[in-house]
Amino acid sequence: MTEQTNDDVLMSVRGLKVHFPIKKGVFVDKVVGHVRAVDGVDLDIRRGKTYGLVGESGCGKSTLGRAMLRLVEPTDGTVTFDGVEMRSLRPEPLRLLRRRLQMVFQDPLASLDPRQSVESILTEPLRTHAFKGDHGARVRELLDVVGLPANAAGRYPHEFSGGQRQRVGIARAIALNPEMIIADEPVSALDVSIQAQIVNLLEDLQEQLGLTYVVVAHDLAVVRHVSDTIGVMYLGAIVEESSSDELYAEPLHPYTIALMSAIPIPDPEVEERRERILLTGDLPSPANIPPGCRFHTRCPFRQTTRCADEVPALREIRPGRKVACHWSEEIVSGRIQAAASSHDPTATEVGLPV
Amino acid sequence: MNVNNLLDVNDLEIVFSRRGRRDVRAVDKVSFSVAPGETVGLVGESGCGKSVTSLAIMGLLPKRGVRLGGSISFDGTELIGLPQDKLRRMRGRDLAMVFQDPMTSLNPVIPIGTQVTEVLVRHRGLSGDAARKEAADLLARVGIPDPARRLKEYPHQLSGGMRQRALIAMALAAKPRLLIADEPTTALDVTIQAQILELLKELVRESGTALIMITHDLGVVAGMCDSVHVMYSGRIVERAGRRELFGHPRHPYTGGLLASIPRLDQPRGERLEPIQGSPRDMLAWAEGCAFAPRCRNRVEECVGTPPALGPDRLRPEHELRCYNPLGGSND
Amino acid sequence: MSLGAAEAAITVAEEQGGGLWREAVKRLSRNPAAIIGAVLIALFVFVAIFADWLAPYTAMAPDLSQIEGPGHVPGPSAEHWLGLDDNGRDLLSRIILGARQSLLVGVVSLLFGMAGGIILGLLAGGLGGWVDSTVMRLVDMMLAIPGLLFAIGIAAMLGQGMTAVMIAIGVVNIPVFARLLRGQMLAQREADYALAAKSLGVKRSRIILGHVFPNSLTPVIVQGTLTLATAIIEAAGLAFLGLSGEDPSIPEWGRMLAESQRHLANAPQLVIAPGVAIVLAALGFTLLGEALREALDPKYRR
Repeated sequence: MTEQTNDDVLMSVRGLKVHFPIKKGVFVDKVVGHVRAVDGVDLDIRRGKTYGLVGESGCGKSTLGRAMLRLVEPTDGTVTFDGVEMRSLRPEPLRLLRRRLQMVFQDPLASLDPRQSVESILTEPLRTHAFKGDHGARVRELLDVVGLPANAAGRYPHEFSGGQRQRVGIARAIALNPEMIIADEPVSALDVSIQAQIVNLLEDLQEQLGLTYVVVAHDLAVVRHVSDTIGVMYLGAIVEESSSDELYAEPLHPYTIALMSAIPIPDPEVEERRERILLTGDLPSPANIPPGCRFHTRCPFRQTTRCADEVPALREIRPGRKVACHWSEEIVSGRIQAAASSHDPTATEVGLPV
Repeated sequence: MNVNNLLDVNDLEIVFSRRGRRDVRAVDKVSFSVAPGETVGLVGESGCGKSVTSLAIMGLLPKRGVRLGGSISFDGTELIGLPQDKLRRMRGRDLAMVFQDPMTSLNPVIPIGTQVTEVLVRHRGLSGDAARKEAADLLARVGIPDPARRLKEYPHQLSGGMRQRALIAMALAAKPRLLIADEPTTALDVTIQAQILELLKELVRESGTALIMITHDLGVVAGMCDSVHVMYSGRIVERAGRRELFGHPRHPYTGGLLASIPRLDQPRGERLEPIQGSPRDMLAWAEGCAFAPRCRNRVEECVGTPPALGPDRLRPEHELRCYNPLGGSND
Repeated sequence: MSLGAAEAAITVAEEQGGGLWREAVKRLSRNPAAIIGAVLIALFVFVAIFADWLAPYTAMAPDLSQIEGPGHVPGPSAEHWLGLDDNGRDLLSRIILGARQSLLVGVVSLLFGMAGGIILGLLAGGLGGWVDSTVMRLVDMMLAIPGLLFAIGIAAMLGQGMTAVMIAIGVVNIPVFARLLRGQMLAQREADYALAAKSLGVKRSRIILGHVFPNSLTPVIVQGTLTLATAIIEAAGLAFLGLSGEDPSIPEWGRMLAESQRHLANAPQLVIAPGVAIVLAALGFTLLGEALREALDPKYRR
């Protein structure tokens, strides 16, 4: 039995791609292109830790989360969970493996079958995997753990508030004591005052049950709060990866810099003082990813060489800090400046060369 | 009441009645004013009544099943009870609104250009080429690249951010004196949101338009609004100037919201302090303070007689509806 | 051990909800159209079941005492509230007894059509792929033929009589249900709760049968009530055309309509009575069906 340290890798993803074919045709469908939702992702999820995947719409983070659980079939690459390569599993072993890997969904109303009572929702995983032990007692235990009253068992999803429904979803996910939970936007559909409750619940459960989390979200502040490591995604790829403390203290990738500077902070002094780095243009379609660096069409730091032709690799420029940018060192040292800023929100010019 | 105010909302009440159900009091005696050129924030979560208030100001609430009380006075004219044709003339010309979801606010079968020129024709009497040129200029002003080409495009051909810019262009086309923006960036990505908010700030600064910013995002408010009104369950529970409110939040709800949001500019270690319970756990205002079931500062008086909105003795620039505010008593 | 319970201080909704159906019934009880529909249906069913006791006379025996001469059709009188038909039989009794026939035909043909449609829809929506394509092509072909013509064709092929009519109407309605169910299932298969079940490791067949299928049934049930209305009308139509056989001992509203056409001028009640009966029966089901559709619509919740 190998020694398990806190830092051992529970799940390892290499070269993962999820490409959806675009078909056209009258009688016979022809593939005319691909939506490259996930376009070559490498990452390691460490046991007992939280990995945050952050990005805006269209970046592929939700698809990545689902592909990691094989809820969506990857087109390429590998996903290795505790030594088991998931893509090579046959349907039945995969189904059995699922008890160790669970998911919490964004919209608690949509992810709970409206026809099932809470009791039925929570017993379903128990029945599916032949849980030995009193199902009724386990349901009561789960409700207690997530902070719902015992009488919730007989109710139906639509009778609860959003926050309570999310608690049911979380109870379902932990019913079989999984090792890893992927939470896909666990709080975005909730009111602000409820979000903190659910965040705290997730943190408490992690400590209690020794869970490993992957949290997918677009709210960088929430992700930073819960995560140990953060991967920033743009158009299907991770453009920066680092510990959450370092990411905020010093974002390296131009997209991360723009993202951070865009987030409103509830403090008028800070808001007034800060310099916003604004992106220009529109998000390209994942069916039409720009050549070279996928971010170069909107990058305020874009240079005339390399950016439009060479794809930057996700390289470790310092221990624990990975960036996919050709000019990281120059940006950090200040030799390259950003172009558009809050003083000119309608600027369509980008990155001036040094 | 300051006669120089552009908009004076006084004891506004909005009650929804549905067959077979109890009346829902969405807005319960809300009063606030907007001075010319001022940016005012209406902050609260879902169900607090902020959106419905803005619809009432614009006269966009349905007639059936809705009862309006109180007064909404725009530059001296009373809007409640104003006949539809007069309201229509004011909409666009004096008052304009930008909604949350640009996709449903734009007519999907009419090109963008036509939707903009429609406003220009109606309210500024332009026509033909003059209107089209002005429309193109407006689109350029809101940062839509290649505006002449965009005039002929349909809403679905534009991205979410572009659509919102087009909506802002339409809203400002007739140079209204008051713009109401109801969660204009909630449906947008954060980097696009930053662009749109900067744009709004600049446009209102340039044109001297007053702005009512309706949102649940305290960060947005901190960056944009001169004065802030916090709403809960249909009433205003706290109001103050921006710096005053964020520097010294007095109402436990405001304080609770601020404490429960993770902030990028602060260390991540601490556990969040959520507001307990859910928005559904509320008292009717008639029975006491609606926030009492969830309030950490709750005292005996809170359940019984509802607190009134009044000046904060401790901090004179504040108005407060609370018996036991954060940071010390009101007496 | 309870985590976050203090923070949560949860209060779950006061009223007992208990699923979609109970809520729908509550909503229906407030809808005047639904109540009218329900009353009409109840009346119809009651009359159909207790027809033998309700009808003042039998369907067959003519009351010759009333007839004054050949071709005389007596109007309403004290003994015969709706008068007699052109064969001297009590009209009211025939209407009452005809209710049973109409209900029977309507319900049987509906069940037949629904069952067939659900099976096909389930196969298409559940299995997808070539099964889906094949079934849908079949359904498209059936839908291409105008309903009444199709029914006439089948009834004529099967020989005459009420059984043929029931089968014909049933078959004609199969594609409607099949397409409806299949469409719903395709949509529900993409829903998050189906994905959630998959992530729990639930077997695909269970997801389809236990989650997707039940959630797809609502519009099918609504369509069922509406189709019952049209089935009654279609049955009357086929009987009118003479396809339901000639057994005079069983009154049937459609046939009564056909037979009384020539008396429209001098004894309109012979036409109006069965006509109104058909309309009211169909109306009842339509009103309730539409109200049911509204009541079950999740968008109206809260």
